[in-house]
Amino acid sequence: MELASLLQYLISGLTNGAIYALIALGFVIIYHATTIINFAQGEMVMLGALCAITFYHHYPSLPVAFLGGVALVTLVGILFERLALRPVKDPNPITLIIITVGGGVFFKGVAMLLWGKDAYSFPSFSGDAPFHLGEATLLPQNLWVIGLTAVVLLALEAFFRLTLVGKAMRACAYNPRAARLVGISQGRMVQLSFALSAALGAGAGILIAPLTLGVYDMGTMLGLKGFCAAILGGLGSSFGGVLGGLILGVAESLATGLVSSGYRDAVAFLILLLVLFLRPQGLIRGGG
Amino acid sequence: MRSRGIAAILIFLLGVMLFTAGCAKGPETEPYVVGGIFSVTGPASYLGEPERNTMDMLAEAINAKGGIKGHPLKVVIYDDEGDVTKARLHAEKLITKDGAIAIIGPSITPSSMAVLEITQKAKMPLISCAAAAGITAPAKDRLWTFKTAQTDQMAVERIYQYCKKHGISKVALLTVSSAFGVAGKGQLLAQAPQYGMEVVGQEVFGDKDTDMTPQLTKIRSLPAQAVICWGVGPAPALVAKNMKQLGFTIPLIQSHGAASQKFIELAGDAGDGIILPAGKLAIYAQLPDSDPQKAVCKEYAEKYQTKFKKPVSSFGGYAYDAMQMLTKVLAQAGKNKEKIRSGLENTKNYVGVSGVFNMSPEDHNGLTPAAFVMVKIEKGHFKLID
Repeated sequence: MELASLLQYLISGLTNGAIYALIALGFVIIYHATTIINFAQGEMVMLGALCAITFYHHYPSLPVAFLGGVALVTLVGILFERLALRPVKDPNPITLIIITVGGGVFFKGVAMLLWGKDAYSFPSFSGDAPFHLGEATLLPQNLWVIGLTAVVLLALEAFFRLTLVGKAMRACAYNPRAARLVGISQGRMVQLSFALSAALGAGAGILIAPLTLGVYDMGTMLGLKGFCAAILGGLGSSFGGVLGGLILGVAESLATGLVSSGYRDAVAFLILLLVLFLRPQGLIRGGG
Repeated sequence: MRSRGIAAILIFLLGVMLFTAGCAKGPETEPYVVGGIFSVTGPASYLGEPERNTMDMLAEAINAKGGIKGHPLKVVIYDDEGDVTKARLHAEKLITKDGAIAIIGPSITPSSMAVLEITQKAKMPLISCAAAAGITAPAKDRLWTFKTAQTDQMAVERIYQYCKKHGISKVALLTVSSAFGVAGKGQLLAQAPQYGMEVVGQEVFGDKDTDMTPQLTKIRSLPAQAVICWGVGPAPALVAKNMKQLGFTIPLIQSHGAASQKFIELAGDAGDGIILPAGKLAIYAQLPDSDPQKAVCKEYAEKYQTKFKKPVSSFGGYAYDAMQMLTKVLAQAGKNKEKIRSGLENTKNYVGVSGVFNMSPEDHNGLTPAAFVMVKIEKGHFKLID
């Protein structure tokens, strides 16, 4: 196998992996706060991409579209928690998880009605001229995706470790009862977790939209891949989620390039099964 | 007092006249029920939606003109959501419950193959809008089945003719893993020897894949002189983008699945220079006036755009041709299904959107490779090149 091709697979894998990582982080944050899996997470990615495309259509400025998309989807995340999950009389995790599945289907349906079934394109953040890296080529957008994911990851770590609110969220995850005793409002923390993960999902969607186009049914598969990444990383740790995402992206790309392109999607789910069978706690044991 | 009595009698008489008029009209103008099964939602909605719109539009126009020989046309359209099982159920329903005399659709090949088993048994004329040649071939086993879409076989013939003319003999294939791509790949491989083509690489991608750089990286290391991509929807547009990213210098040839304005829009700058076979609808304005299809395409495109405020697609054209041929036949055959069948089979020189149809007992599609033209994308528009 020549080195240039290998490098090309790696670039492709890391870009997709970074997106999976952002989605996985969304799963991890909500799991931390509530011990449920939010299966509507993938649809937040789709909503982010489509909202940003619409904003851009009316006011062609990328920063405005990006922030507008993220803000709007964050609001959707908060409302979803408020209107669909909070009022549940018997909030055991299974009920809530099923509600999130239903929420995902709902978001997808609404998106289909609002945006139709066509795909939409979104301009790259800084041009389409490819760079050359030895024999391999990469687009500026690849760098944006990988770079912004790294920045977001660091910012999140800082938030959880250094700010009072972040520490409060972690406290809720470690020991909800003790957290309540020292006066942390768990309800507010849950709401915050939904807002954060919706924002992360939307950001992922907007970052990837120039490369993949935005379409109403893009979220489901991305959500499942992000879920695989989160499980691979052990669900409890944000670092694990990111690692899981990157491993998954690179594995997919290598399998496509070196084995056969028909196995691309099978790789993610094969990894998911293997992890559940052999190492259910994930690569990195979570703190939650 | 007397005048009131007369008025009452007059009103009574008027009522009787209206009533009997209504009665007399009844049995004579019994509607013709034509069924439609399209993938209006789901992954193949880009096919089913324009097909449904077209069928509705034509039925409306026919009924506005007083129907077919006084019989109003009633269309019953079901959405199979791209699901084979649902398509079968809808076919059963159209036959047993709705009393259809002919069915148009389904939109995709797998559903068409499933539905034709039922319609063949029920002796129900079916005009499929799907691509694969196997739907109507061999025609002697598909007595009741017709189709209006050009076959992938014709598209491949046109592509290889083009390659041969331009000195391309080594090609790499990149096909979608759905039924459309599998059928296309089969034709590309089967016809390669007879045109002296060598297939140096075969890669596939999923319908919903968003990154084809790994497959293309593999192709880049091969001695291919052109890449032939076979797919529909957003994925082929991403192939074009990825090829630009990887700095390919060899031409990209797409299938007729990419012959839509939407494709150009999605591919953006990366679309320039792509070559593909397309139905004449895509470039009807560039056809010489002597081409008989020009007027038909123009009429359909203008009517569709005015009514639905959306660009016309060649997929809707499949339903257009099916409806036009069927209504012509219905005017002669009435409700007799055997007569409808033989009428369709004897359709000659019907100038449609997708080509000039000449059906026969051996050929239930009736098109030739001339139904396709080769076009090149230049500055965001299709340009007729061959």
